[in-house]
Amino acid sequence: MIRVRLERREVTPAWLQVAIPIASVLVTLVLCAALVRAAGADVIEAYRILLLSTFRSGYDVQDTLVKAAPLLFTGLAVLVAFRAKFWNIGAEGQLMAGAVAACFVGERTFLPAVSLVPLMIVSAALFGALWALLPALLKVRLKVDDVVTTLLLNFIMLYGVTALLEGPWRDPKSGYPNAPSVRIEAEFPLVPGLGVHLGVALALAAALLVWWMMSRTTLGFRIRAVGHNPAAAAYAGIGVGRVILTAALVSGALAGLAGAGEVGGVRFQVTSDLSSGYGYAGIVVATLAELNPLGAVPAALFFAIVFNGAGTMARATGVPIYLADVIQGVALVTMVAGRLFATYRPRLVRPLAPAPAPGPEATPSPLAGRGGGVAAEGR
Amino acid sequence: MSAGRDVAMIPDARPPLVAMRGISKRFGPVQAVADVDLSVAAGDILGLLGENGAGKTSLMNVLFGTYAADAGTIEVDGRPVAIRSSADALAVGIGMVHQHFELVPRHTVLENLLVGRAGPDGRLTRAAALERLARIGCDYHLELDPDRLVGDLAIGEQQRVEIAKSLVRGARILVLDEPTATLTPREAEGLFRALRSMAARGMGVIFISHKLGEVLALTSRIAVMRHGRMAAERANDGSLSKPELARLMCGRDLAPPEKPAMAPGAPLLVLDRVSARGRVPLRDVSLALREGEIVGIAGVSGNGQRELADLVAGILPPASGTIAVAGRAVPDPSPRRMQALGIGRVPEDRLTTGMIGAMPLSESMALPWIDEPPFSHHGVLDRRAIRAFAAAGIARFDIRTSGPDARTGTLSGGNLQKALLARELARGPRILLAAQPTRGIDVGATEFVHAQFLALRRAGGAVLLVSEDLEELFALSDRIAVMYAGRIVADLPIGEASVERVGLLMAGVEERAA
Ligand SMILES: Nc1ncnc2c1ncn2[C@@H]1O[C@H](COP(=O)(O)OP(=O)(O)OP(=O)(O)O)[C@@H](O)[C@H]1O
Ligand SMILES: [Mg+2]
Repeated sequence: MIRVRLERREVTPAWLQVAIPIASVLVTLVLCAALVRAAGADVIEAYRILLLSTFRSGYDVQDTLVKAAPLLFTGLAVLVAFRAKFWNIGAEGQLMAGAVAACFVGERTFLPAVSLVPLMIVSAALFGALWALLPALLKVRLKVDDVVTTLLLNFIMLYGVTALLEGPWRDPKSGYPNAPSVRIEAEFPLVPGLGVHLGVALALAAALLVWWMMSRTTLGFRIRAVGHNPAAAAYAGIGVGRVILTAALVSGALAGLAGAGEVGGVRFQVTSDLSSGYGYAGIVVATLAELNPLGAVPAALFFAIVFNGAGTMARATGVPIYLADVIQGVALVTMVAGRLFATYRPRLVRPLAPAPAPGPEATPSPLAGRGGGVAAEGR
Repeated sequence: MSAGRDVAMIPDARPPLVAMRGISKRFGPVQAVADVDLSVAAGDILGLLGENGAGKTSLMNVLFGTYAADAGTIEVDGRPVAIRSSADALAVGIGMVHQHFELVPRHTVLENLLVGRAGPDGRLTRAAALERLARIGCDYHLELDPDRLVGDLAIGEQQRVEIAKSLVRGARILVLDEPTATLTPREAEGLFRALRSMAARGMGVIFISHKLGEVLALTSRIAVMRHGRMAAERANDGSLSKPELARLMCGRDLAPPEKPAMAPGAPLLVLDRVSARGRVPLRDVSLALREGEIVGIAGVSGNGQRELADLVAGILPPASGTIAVAGRAVPDPSPRRMQALGIGRVPEDRLTTGMIGAMPLSESMALPWIDEPPFSHHGVLDRRAIRAFAAAGIARFDIRTSGPDARTGTLSGGNLQKALLARELARGPRILLAAQPTRGIDVGATEFVHAQFLALRRAGGAVLLVSEDLEELFALSDRIAVMYAGRIVADLPIGEASVERVGLLMAGVEERAA
């Protein structure tokens, strides 16, 4: 009898912005419980390990924070681009561009030691931005589809770097297909008291800065306006192409910074498996954050917890570590579905009146001669 | 209670086709519909009037199942029904034509008819749809070629497709929400003919419009809503007049616009043999707009008026010719440049080019000036100033909304238009470009808007008024320029313009130079 109807909302209540992601995470965990069962493990136990192993020790917390940093950077990168409807699927490649730049700078022996870290950060942002500028220019100037170009540029970057690592950039000391390690002075300092590298603090600062930019500056305003309605933005005198290019540069720079953090704080060299999919995970982080820069912080932390916990869980319960990837994918789907409730309000409706039994024929339709039946769902 | 009266009026005491009783609907703080009774009998054409935001669309959306009412019942043929979706509504024979069409432009007419909801007898087959389409064509003067692409059709024809969508599914009650707002007078005549023949065949029609003249001419009964309530219900038996309807709607008498004679001053905006590309290319358009002058642009929709407006707005670059503002040539017009030169610009499409539906109203209203103080300083937004600006506009233009934070897209059509005008007039433009400024807004608001134009004129400003409403053009303009096929074919002082003469020029009948 009772049905749910969706109704357009005038304003989205603030609590929903929080409730929707939380609900979609819960739904995701419930859905994935079937897989845990199928793997023959106890669901509660597996989830307990998955979600809580991070909090076993200070070391585990640090590990999770370090893992969250690149996720936060790429999540921010994706959300800035998506806000402008620049569909940047290329954070993975931009991250790599940033990593290459940071590593290259970090290896230079002629640079003064104190300048290494700042130069790595700046050059990583710059290279990430340039790698994003290319597809943005193609989109703005030639209307080339950005989803395709940003995605394909990921592979160009990845295989380009792999080729370099197999050839000219191979570490002569180890002989492995890795770049030579950066100088010791190029390793990111630890944040005092936290024991995590500088990149983690930078990522957090970036979240605040991006939030401020999007909601408090004219640039953010223009990005939002262009994303929502380019025609109206253009009519109001906003240079739509310029705004898209700017958003792409910011986006690429943020993704590039993720690369800097990985090189300067974690790996100290470029390897072809440096990213392990942070660029793509950024899309999920941004979606879970509802494109809200502050929301990206808990979203990135959540996936960091899941990624780190998955290993422990796999060892303890035998549930394959790939559950983490499944959770990531399912969360994207539930989140997109959940977004519906931000714009629409579900209402439980009872019939306006008890549905009567079908009565005698009413006024026939002048056209089709159909008796006016009563809504079928009434019964 | 009104239903009871109707039953008494109809000799065989058949129940009305549809009766809504005690319907209420609230959106957050806004009581959009409050305890409304409304009924339509077979053969009725009911005119539904009311100020912008009075709740007409909301009430009809309840009837059509788009919204669930908070209270109230709906009866069809005297029996209560539960309508909880548009499919339910169609199943009991209620069809609705929304103001914004819901058609797929890349599909053919027939494909559009087949899309979506099932009718009372389940899914529609191609053959049945074709047969019914043909029948509708001859019964109701709604001829349609089933194989044409909807995107290629004129607005009037697209509307026919929308109507046919309901009719092929067996609708007996048809709701039309401001169907004539974008129609040419001829298309509107065609629509009226179709509606009359539907009523003659025993259907019920609910017709929402802000054009009192056509409501008086078309309908058999008139219901007036005010602030969500049913304020009056009258038979349209010749005793009603426009001023009286206006009084019922607004609760006060409307004054006709007062236009004192004025000698125009120096030219403010001059177009000199401008040509431009576009859907309808502009060819050698010359036009002067002087201080203290309102120039009306008349023309059948699609004869270059939109392009002319886009040109002045700065989004359509001229291919040749010159545009001069206040005596200075504008070599490279852009939206920004035109704005900076003191041109207020009200585009024809409120939500596609005017404002941003997904943003808060306050941000939509600050959109063109966001880079300037007080809205921002050195690239940092002043959110308090942005909200204050919107709040001032809301108060001055009596915009019905929950406030500056309301999502722009939820405002009623007329209120959106007011917001757009508030935005463009707030910064004291010297020249105002207004494209279809009163389309879809109520008579009270129209009076207000016209008063704003005349105030600008009195202050030595100028208005370029592009309108398809001849009544409006004649009431306000000092000169009327007629466009046909991308040209200005006549530029007449109001004293020399008559409705007949302008009508002929609009139809492309050439005048011999005397
Ligand atoms: N989905 C919604 N969410 C919130 N408020 C709404 C919604 N739809 C309508 N309203 C509000 O309800 C009131 C009535 O709106 P409605 O669209 O019914 O008016 P209307 O009589 O059709 O006006 P108009 O002549 O301008 O079309 C308005 O104040 C409007 O802002
Ligand atoms: Mg309406």
